[in-house]
Amino acid sequence: MSGNYIPSHYLPVISILAFSVLVGLGALIAGLLVRPRRPYEQKLAPYESGNLPVGEPRYRFSVKFYIVAMLFVVFDVEAVFLYPWAVAYDRLGLFGFVEMMIFIVILLVGYVYAWKKGALTWE
Amino acid sequence: MFETINMKILLPELILICTGLAVILLDLVLRKKETVAFIGVAGALLSAYYNFSLMSLGWSGAVFQNMFVLDGYSSFFKLIFYISLIITIFISLNYIKTERVSSGEYYSLLLFSASGMMIMAGAADFMVLYLGIELMSLSLYILAGIMRERRTSNEAAIKYFFLGAFSSAFLLFGISLTYGLTGTTSIIEVAEALNRLGPAGRNITLIAVIFFVTAFGFKVALVPFHMWAPDVYEGAPTSVTAFMSTGPKAAAFAVMGRVLFYAFGALQLQWSAIIEPLSIVTIAVGSILALSQTNIKRMLAYSAIAHAGYASIGFLPGTQEAFAAMINYLMIYIIVNLGAFAVVVIMRREGIMGEELSDYSGLAKKNPLVAFLMLIFMFSLTGIPPLAGFIGKFYIFMGAVEAGYTKLVIAAVIFSAVSAFFYLRVVVYMYMKEAAEPSVLIVPHSVKLVLAFTSIMAILLGIFPSVLLDFARASLLG
Amino acid sequence: MRDGDAIRIDIYRWIVSGNFSVSIGILIDRLSSVMLIVVTSISSLVFIYSIGYMHGDKGYARFFSYLSLFVFSMLMLVLADNFLLLYFGWEAVGLCSYLLIGFWFEKKSAADAGKKAFIVNRFGDFGFGLGVILIFLTFGSLEYMKVFSGAGAALGQTVNIFGHEVDTITLICLLLFCGAMGKSAQVPLHVWLPDAMEGPTPVSALIHAATMVTAGVYLVARCNPLFSLSSTAMTTVAVVGGTTAVFAATIGLVQNDIKRVIAYSTVSQLGYMFLALGVGAYSAGIFHLYTHAYFKALLFLGSGSVIHAMNNEMNMQKMGGLKKYMPVTYATFMIASLSISGIPGLAGFFSKDEILWRAYLAGEGSGRILWMLATAAAFMTAFYSFRLIFLTFHGSFRGSAEQEHHLHESPAVMTVPLMILAVGALAAGWVGIPPLLLEHGDRIGEFLAPVLGHPAGEGLHSEEMMVMGVSVLVSLAGILAAVIFYIKKRDLPERTASAFKPVYTMLYNKYWADELYEKILVSPVLRMSDKVFLGFFDGRLIEGIVNGIPSFIGSFSRGLRKMQTGLISSYAFMMAAGMLIILGMFFFF
Repeated sequence: MSGNYIPSHYLPVISILAFSVLVGLGALIAGLLVRPRRPYEQKLAPYESGNLPVGEPRYRFSVKFYIVAMLFVVFDVEAVFLYPWAVAYDRLGLFGFVEMMIFIVILLVGYVYAWKKGALTWE
Repeated sequence: MFETINMKILLPELILICTGLAVILLDLVLRKKETVAFIGVAGALLSAYYNFSLMSLGWSGAVFQNMFVLDGYSSFFKLIFYISLIITIFISLNYIKTERVSSGEYYSLLLFSASGMMIMAGAADFMVLYLGIELMSLSLYILAGIMRERRTSNEAAIKYFFLGAFSSAFLLFGISLTYGLTGTTSIIEVAEALNRLGPAGRNITLIAVIFFVTAFGFKVALVPFHMWAPDVYEGAPTSVTAFMSTGPKAAAFAVMGRVLFYAFGALQLQWSAIIEPLSIVTIAVGSILALSQTNIKRMLAYSAIAHAGYASIGFLPGTQEAFAAMINYLMIYIIVNLGAFAVVVIMRREGIMGEELSDYSGLAKKNPLVAFLMLIFMFSLTGIPPLAGFIGKFYIFMGAVEAGYTKLVIAAVIFSAVSAFFYLRVVVYMYMKEAAEPSVLIVPHSVKLVLAFTSIMAILLGIFPSVLLDFARASLLG
Repeated sequence: MRDGDAIRIDIYRWIVSGNFSVSIGILIDRLSSVMLIVVTSISSLVFIYSIGYMHGDKGYARFFSYLSLFVFSMLMLVLADNFLLLYFGWEAVGLCSYLLIGFWFEKKSAADAGKKAFIVNRFGDFGFGLGVILIFLTFGSLEYMKVFSGAGAALGQTVNIFGHEVDTITLICLLLFCGAMGKSAQVPLHVWLPDAMEGPTPVSALIHAATMVTAGVYLVARCNPLFSLSSTAMTTVAVVGGTTAVFAATIGLVQNDIKRVIAYSTVSQLGYMFLALGVGAYSAGIFHLYTHAYFKALLFLGSGSVIHAMNNEMNMQKMGGLKKYMPVTYATFMIASLSISGIPGLAGFFSKDEILWRAYLAGEGSGRILWMLATAAAFMTAFYSFRLIFLTFHGSFRGSAEQEHHLHESPAVMTVPLMILAVGALAAGWVGIPPLLLEHGDRIGEFLAPVLGHPAGEGLHSEEMMVMGVSVLVSLAGILAAVIFYIKKRDLPERTASAFKPVYTMLYNKYWADELYEKILVSPVLRMSDKVFLGFFDGRLIEGIVNGIPSFIGSFSRGLRKMQTGLISSYAFMMAAGMLIILGMFFFF
């Protein structure tokens, strides 16, 4: 069903794709063929910088860490947006200002909500 | 550098989003939690009012360099979303109290999700479309898992989220392929570019179309992209399931129609050939698997899958008329389905899950009116005349037969008969079995309102079908 | 359709799709207006009467809701402007009839009678349904206007049935008539109507005498442009009608149940109407329908009054001498009986005379036979009507002392409708006085002519006088015979019965029609269903299929369910695989 249309400008992408697959697989296969295999218990144990592993690896963190992390990400993103806006402030003018205020207000609503819900208290 | 944006066109969406934000904040200060819900309803009504007054003033048009439009097509779908949203809020009032869900998040997420759907319906650009889909979906992921203490709810949310992300990847892949081939993400410009491209180039574009169909197929739950639906529908809170099986499904059909008809109209024969097997397999799998369900939410999930299959038959002829039949079908389906879910919601009482079919035993004796309304909804979903469901199916089938899909329609009708078996089983339980325990059924006023509206519509749209169909036809024209 | 001052209102189109369109439209022309008069006037009187009759019944509200539903359906049937709406009304009145016959469903006989009516009507309606489908296939429309105006063009078209070429119009007419036979209880589908008397008496008056059972007559009259094109169909209608008229009248002679006598009388009178339609005298048929509605409703309601007084006793042999207890009922009953017997001046005389005259005119050979059949039926009608009167109201009371103690005239809410109906039974016929007796007397014939046309054939005045004279003489003879048998010589009936024992037994047992159907239809079907279907088909085949398909679908369903593993990875795999399959389908095949 395919015709004679060839999206030629995609060719580099395809070749990179093929190349990366080739390199990845090639390294794995080469390692498999070359390396010696002599497993023993100590060797199979997870490597913990030479220390003996203590406790379960799947340790549960308190959910509070995630909340703080998420809030951080939110403000991080806000800063990322604010920076270019500040740089181009002269050219954006009032429209840009209003736009940015809307953005900040929306974030603020979320912040107030999180605050009131007690996301910032550690207890 | 900047156009003066005609913000009026965005007003309906903006109102809804602002209401969502207001609801979140007000929930923190208000004592009476129902007030929050009514603010949500008021916001939805205001938004609807602006939308249709803008339409009636003839202020339809496009904003943001033709990225977002307000037209008859989007307005018809927005009406579906408003109905779905408002009814969901009404049936949630008591339900979320029973389930102890905090109301601020719940209602604002519903509003955000509905805003996302409206953005989807009005999207004239793939980027805006994607934005709408993600706004809708992210809200839904959280809504599905909003009963934090219940494992099934968590499971539903996680599954929905992962698979939804997976489908988004397909969508983005399709968008990027289209962009690569046509150099644009605008729906109109894609159509123009396809016309320039010639037949060979169009065939390559078909890969993009398949990616789009996969992504949208996931959202509307076409087989084989449906696997998430039963698990998520069963696990999510019932009111959220009611919402998910109506609004978002219609929204996905809206973007599917927009993309297939308006962007890839030149490939109509090809995409019809893709959807044809999908639709019949969807109907078959949905109907057959619904047979062996004992949980009513799961059964309605498979029923929703089957109905997505019936609706997608409306794409096949590729004509305006068949497409009108499809959006007509969607409107009827969501109204009837919401009615059925309203009954499922009130079956959940303090200490009783009410989700098993056996919970419906003897309902006709306990509460004859509710049982009778459920019977109407089940009959309508089966497609028994003169109820609305029959009309929906009739026009879909008629359009397909006229376009020459006779065999497909025969198969669809056979599965429609199979579907009678599981819909009527609910009726058998209600009318012919004795109740296990004599528990009372209290119907809150808000749900009474919903039941009255949906059942009256199920009957009226069956007797006066041309009202809705003419509206659908007119919506497609402008 | 012939011209007339018809009003056609297209309320709205229910379904429009391509060239297929179903409109909900009403048509009021001269034919439907006559039907409207009948339906609305009789039903209002029956409603009023029922207030008294059903007083104290525990299904009081249910009764009136069914009855209202019936009137709605009947009006739909009469007002429809297309065959689909007509079919809707047709089935809806059938449903209401079923519900009302089985109104006292605790009684097994009532429930059985309801089922019987429903099943027998199925036979007819099956034909009717096929007829409607054939009309759509032939004319591409279901609207009366289009169908009737296209009838001429369809003449000569044929349908191939199992290799035989059959004239389309004839086939359509016969199929429609099939439905009419079921609904109007014509031989051989008459068996349900006498049993339908298990329903409350007002129901018998409204549904099983005045309105619903005449729907078949209305149907044929409505489709007269089609029927007129097929002489085969017309002959069938006339023969079935004539046969039924005599057949049912003979059974009516010997029945003892008061309502059954009237029921057989109804069947017989319906036969008259079909006889008229069959000879092309459509307006005569409708005229008789109209007069019959009044005197027959009156007879039923009167018998209801009697039954009410007799504490639900229906056997006439246990009645007698009621006239002194129930003077109003007696007087009105007498008017109705004189009317149905065809005594000059009363309603029944004019319409019956018109039918007899038209039958006489229908032709030298067949017409004369039909006329003789109808005249014989007229004699029997007079006889059994007065037999009923004499057994019920004259002589001495033969019931128990307790019943005698209870005898009373019915309350005004019941007797007033009787009196109003009596006026109808007396005067309803005055709109159709033969021109022979009064210049321009045949008002109803003239009125209906735009829709139904003028009947063909002209006869001599002397002949018409002769027919009229014979009909009057025959009626008087019938009454006289009844007087002799039931007043003068009370032992004569029994002597006659024993003298003609086989005939009497045959009539008493209604020609064993029920038993015959039982033998050749019901019990073989039951036996077959028991042995063949239950034993083989049900036990093996159906059970196999019924249990097999679900268990197949079930196991298929379970198999499919296995794919619903609950694991996200397998779901994602399905999605990707599905997409790749579609991709492959397009680019590698």
